[in-house]
Amino acid sequence: MKMKVGLIVNPIAGMGGRVGLKGTDGPEILKRAIELGAKPWAEDRAYEAMKILRNLLNDSIEIYTYPSRMGENSARRAGFFPKIVRDLGGREGTTAKDTVRAARDIRELGVDLLLFTGGDGTARDVYRAIAEKQVVLGIPTGVKVYSSVFAASPRAAGELAARFLKRQVTEVVEAEVLDINEEAFREGILSVRLYGYLKIPYDSLCIPGGKIPSGHSEKYTKEAAAAEFIDNMEEDCIYIIGPGTTTKEIMKKLELNYTLLGVDAIQGGKLVGKDLNERQIINLISSRKAKVIVSPIGGQGYIFGRGNQQISPRVLRMIGKENIIIIATPGKIESLRGKPMLIDTGDEELDKELSSYYKAILGYREYIMYKVIPGYREQY
Amino acid sequence: MGLAKLRRDFHEARWEEPIIFELSNEGERGIITPKDEKIERIVGDGISELPSSIVRKKLPNLPELSQKRVLMHYLRLSQEILGADVNIDIGQGTCTMKYSPKVNELLVQSPKVSEIHPYQSEETVQGALEIMYKLDLFLREISGLDRFVFQPGGGSQAIFAIASIIRAYYKSRGEERDEIITTIFSHPSDAAAPAVKGFKVITVYPDSETGIPDAEALRGAISSRTAGFIVTNPKDTGIFNPRIKEFTNIVHKAGGLCAYDQANANGILGIVRAKECGFDIGFFNLHKTFSSPHGSGGPAVGALGVKKELENFLPVPIVDYDESREMRRYYLNYNLPSTIGKVREFYGVFPVVLRAYAWIMSLGEGGIKEVAKIAVLNNNYVMYKILREVRDADISYPANRHRIEQVRYTWKNLREKTGVTTEDVINRMYDFGFHLRTSHHPWIIPEPFTIEPTESYSKEELDEYIEGLKEVVREAYEEPEMVKRSPHRSSIHRVDTSWLNDPSKWAVTWRLYLRKHRNGDSN
Amino acid sequence: MMASYSHPYIPNSLDRVRREMLRYIGVESIDELYASIPEDLRFKGRMNLPKPFPSEYELVRHVRGILSKNKSCEDYLCFMGGGTWPHYIPVVCDDIARRSEFLTAYAGDPCEDHGRWQALFEFQSLMAELVDMDVVTVPIYSWGHAAGTSMRMAYRINGRRKILIPSTISPERYLVVSNYVDPALTLEKVGYDEETGMMDLDDLEEKISDDVAAVYYENPSYLGFIETRGKKICDMAHDGGALCLVGVDPSSLGALEPPSHYGADIVVGDLQPLGNHMNFGGGLAGFLATKDEVEFVREIPYRIFGLTKTSQRGEYGFGDVLFERTSFERREKAKEFVGTATALYGIVAAVYLSLMGPRGIYELGKTILQRSKYAIQVLSEIEGITAPRFKAPHFKEFVVSFNGKSVAEINRELLKDGIFGGIDLRDSFPELGNSSLYCVTEIHTKEDIDRLASSLERILVR
Repeated sequence: MKMKVGLIVNPIAGMGGRVGLKGTDGPEILKRAIELGAKPWAEDRAYEAMKILRNLLNDSIEIYTYPSRMGENSARRAGFFPKIVRDLGGREGTTAKDTVRAARDIRELGVDLLLFTGGDGTARDVYRAIAEKQVVLGIPTGVKVYSSVFAASPRAAGELAARFLKRQVTEVVEAEVLDINEEAFREGILSVRLYGYLKIPYDSLCIPGGKIPSGHSEKYTKEAAAAEFIDNMEEDCIYIIGPGTTTKEIMKKLELNYTLLGVDAIQGGKLVGKDLNERQIINLISSRKAKVIVSPIGGQGYIFGRGNQQISPRVLRMIGKENIIIIATPGKIESLRGKPMLIDTGDEELDKELSSYYKAILGYREYIMYKVIPGYREQY
Repeated sequence: MGLAKLRRDFHEARWEEPIIFELSNEGERGIITPKDEKIERIVGDGISELPSSIVRKKLPNLPELSQKRVLMHYLRLSQEILGADVNIDIGQGTCTMKYSPKVNELLVQSPKVSEIHPYQSEETVQGALEIMYKLDLFLREISGLDRFVFQPGGGSQAIFAIASIIRAYYKSRGEERDEIITTIFSHPSDAAAPAVKGFKVITVYPDSETGIPDAEALRGAISSRTAGFIVTNPKDTGIFNPRIKEFTNIVHKAGGLCAYDQANANGILGIVRAKECGFDIGFFNLHKTFSSPHGSGGPAVGALGVKKELENFLPVPIVDYDESREMRRYYLNYNLPSTIGKVREFYGVFPVVLRAYAWIMSLGEGGIKEVAKIAVLNNNYVMYKILREVRDADISYPANRHRIEQVRYTWKNLREKTGVTTEDVINRMYDFGFHLRTSHHPWIIPEPFTIEPTESYSKEELDEYIEGLKEVVREAYEEPEMVKRSPHRSSIHRVDTSWLNDPSKWAVTWRLYLRKHRNGDSN
Repeated sequence: MMASYSHPYIPNSLDRVRREMLRYIGVESIDELYASIPEDLRFKGRMNLPKPFPSEYELVRHVRGILSKNKSCEDYLCFMGGGTWPHYIPVVCDDIARRSEFLTAYAGDPCEDHGRWQALFEFQSLMAELVDMDVVTVPIYSWGHAAGTSMRMAYRINGRRKILIPSTISPERYLVVSNYVDPALTLEKVGYDEETGMMDLDDLEEKISDDVAAVYYENPSYLGFIETRGKKICDMAHDGGALCLVGVDPSSLGALEPPSHYGADIVVGDLQPLGNHMNFGGGLAGFLATKDEVEFVREIPYRIFGLTKTSQRGEYGFGDVLFERTSFERREKAKEFVGTATALYGIVAAVYLSLMGPRGIYELGKTILQRSKYAIQVLSEIEGITAPRFKAPHFKEFVVSFNGKSVAEINRELLKDGIFGGIDLRDSFPELGNSSLYCVTEIHTKEDIDRLASSLERILVR
């Protein structure tokens, strides 16, 4: 039986960024982008990935997609004869709604993998449609993205997809869907939110014939790191648990209720605050011993200032540098390729003060000394 | 002058040899075991009087083969291997694939080596003990440490012995120290083996520019719980940490011990020593640096050395010489009051010890230093040649060009431009009769490969290898799909790994293969 | 040094070539390439090493000169075992062990080193038949190390921390195992029946408890007797919720039941008897076998090669079997490591088993049983000798007790007759008094054994 692969192209993704518009969310901005000379190129990126897939898997897969620019064109160009999931009556799908509907349609068909081309906004739409019910992989449009659901390049997306479909890669992990508030960003305020997680294939790079079998899954190391943290917890200390699956593994192990995307707090093994905002955190930790626990964002390395703005400069000043605990599994570390971890709290003085080597939890009774530096504001 | 010619029509032996069970022919014998009829007449068959519960009812299902068939089978398999003797084996960085002199094989084949029993009385093994004693003396000179034993059966077991000694040392002092610090470009066993002894392990990452860890990072890792620092230097990247003495000072000040994994010692023999760098304990791989062949993965020896203060913790026995005795005799000394016991039965792999002894005796002081210098010359020659002539191959930490005996390179650019990965290049290199390997994880250097030329290869041979790399890169641009499907001229084709982590499919023995994939049918 | 001609092992020591290479690099001297090593760290002195022998002939003369001080088991008649045993090694085993390709390969990948992968897969497969279990790993350092691993595996599987071991365990192996399991596990010795040597089942019963992860014992035991109640011990372990781990001498398995038949969950032992030379105790290679059940296989720390397909239809390929680690906590608390160990000895064992086949391995076991029985019979007739010390069936080895002269004295006398007597048990088993462990294998003829007997007779009477 042939394997089924879904494909969604957001044809306008990446257009805004290339003409300095910081995203393409909403019809007004798209109009502006076109006026400024932006050319659609998401289809080309999708084609590049599909071409790789075609070369590596030939006819052993079937493509399910939306008509015309939403995937059909790219798939055909790569030599596939895709099945068109829905007739849009000649209309060119370009809206967020179209992406959401396409993702739902394809998910209902039951595909082995859903590829989508776009940026953070597209990832959010896909997340909104299917959450963690479907293994997906993002083909980046080349504009800077914050989410970790994208492969490094269209080629890398094609290769990883092929390895996954050939079952050379079997592990699936949750990857962050992050997005900036584009409106605020155009005003010069960077606010990155963690929207949720999508499931993507995880290539642990186990090479047959290596001298040492590795085979540590991310799931396994996450549990191990959480256990190490719990082994070292102090009874009277308040722990502010940052968002994310790595840190929230602690809550799972302690069998506590938690918010995946929010900031929670525990003390003495009990939940003392859930989905806290900055003010609530401050109230909780005032004149108390507190520690904060965070994990870097895959591939980028931000530990503060991306998806956890509740842990504000004021909170961090109260908690103090020595009470920052970082958890970073081997997979996260490998994804950083030796680059330091980053802090971008919005308070440059504080970023500098907090820059240092940190002894981060890597696994059970395993630590790494890793450098943390101020993250610079990347401009589109 | 030789000729750096690429072997374009090379093809590795391809015998399509069946699994040995498939060759079985009922009734064939490979060898006849001695039978003593006189004894049989006296004691009977030896089996029928045993309780039936302990007698094997059904013969093991081993294959039945004539002697020639067995010989031919394994000779054919041997031909389907690119052993160090038959290739320019510089592509297996960190493993020091140097020439293993044949004369040393002649020596270890002597019955005076192979047919001696470990419990023979000391007077009957004076030759063996003398070799062990003298190799200890030699390694003391080469390292500056005070005493060596050869019991560990490889580098990892030596690290394990080191971790055992560190643990015993603090136990004897009543100190509770349970943290070991290492660096990411040390061997993975430097982190894995101490964990077996219950240590917490803290791995220090290097500066992203220089590839050398900051002293600040080390200070951050140090505490009153620090038991030891286990490190390779030069690192697996080929970079020597010039501040190593500062590092060992920091650890000593905090009350910790410093252990030296000398797996990468080949380029610094006689140039820089464990003692001057401040190490308390360390080991050499006799199967790497000291020329004993790797044996498809052992037998091997991790020669374990310590400073005087740690001698009492060594695994027993050590070899000593008793001048006071009438006999003036070498002997096995078990009298170490704080010994960790043993990490391996008996005294180590003696043939490996003997080869290392003979290798040193063939070179002497000057020769050993020459080994190091030429290994470094060869390595730098290869590095510059690769940087200048091999498109899209780069060194890790390009800002730092000081390399000792090996270099970790990256195909990052090649992958980005052509999609050809380090795994693909490796597979294609086989087609020209070359061996190349990736590196230990984590791959914080993307698409890595490591080349360690050692002292054993001529300039022409190094050139030939680089011609191979150049050709593969050319092909990566012109025929990437061909490269990605390689090897084409190896003993077999690319392996499908899908069965290997599926319990319903993995076939780790022939019987499981028959059961899971052929419904038990042996035809 | 060495300027106008090169050292045979160092081609580029040739001055002309060296200059050419330095020029290419763009430096004046090799010393400049060491720029990263600070001056004050450099070793300035001379290593005090003897003057070398540049000619191969002189080197051979020198080393052989030293080795000639050894007396080998070819020169003398050897009756010592105790973890390293004298056996006959088929010439084909040596021939394969000396092949350049096997000897000098290391860690090549499945395509270019196909032969190495296949040979080690065949080793696993052949051993699996011998022990009659489905899973065997690539060989490890020694029996002791493998025994230690089986104990750590038991903890990872059932979460208990105590291992019961027999008091008759090999003293060498005991030292290895105790260091290996510390600090994760504790060992407790179970007493033995004074008459038979076998495990004291009452003591075992008493010691099996909720915190016992496994019962480990050896069959045949270090002292040579066969533990005939293996099944009972395994059953008792299992009834107590513990695993049963058995160490075994593989040369016995043609004639004796493999431990898997009487309930062993993990079987370990040494490959030295299967075609590997004694090498002064350097011929050891541990093996580990278990069942094909995920909960066992995933706790194995060693490499395991698996047969698989390749991109070419019908072609065999091999790769590392990797398994997901799921029970992280126990695994993390009883971690292990793996590295270069004893692959070549495993390949030799594969050749050995291929040559022996089912008949050969059966006859080996049988002839060892016969010869050791004959030796027991002959020695027991000598005045002042009790042999065997234990009333039990024996394989290959047995304890001999002497009246009168001490074992040390007797062995000194035997040496004069060109015989290496048995292993003195005075220090390791003081309760056995003046006793010695004798070993008889297929290499010992009736004449050899008779010669031992007459020597002993003469020594004891004198």
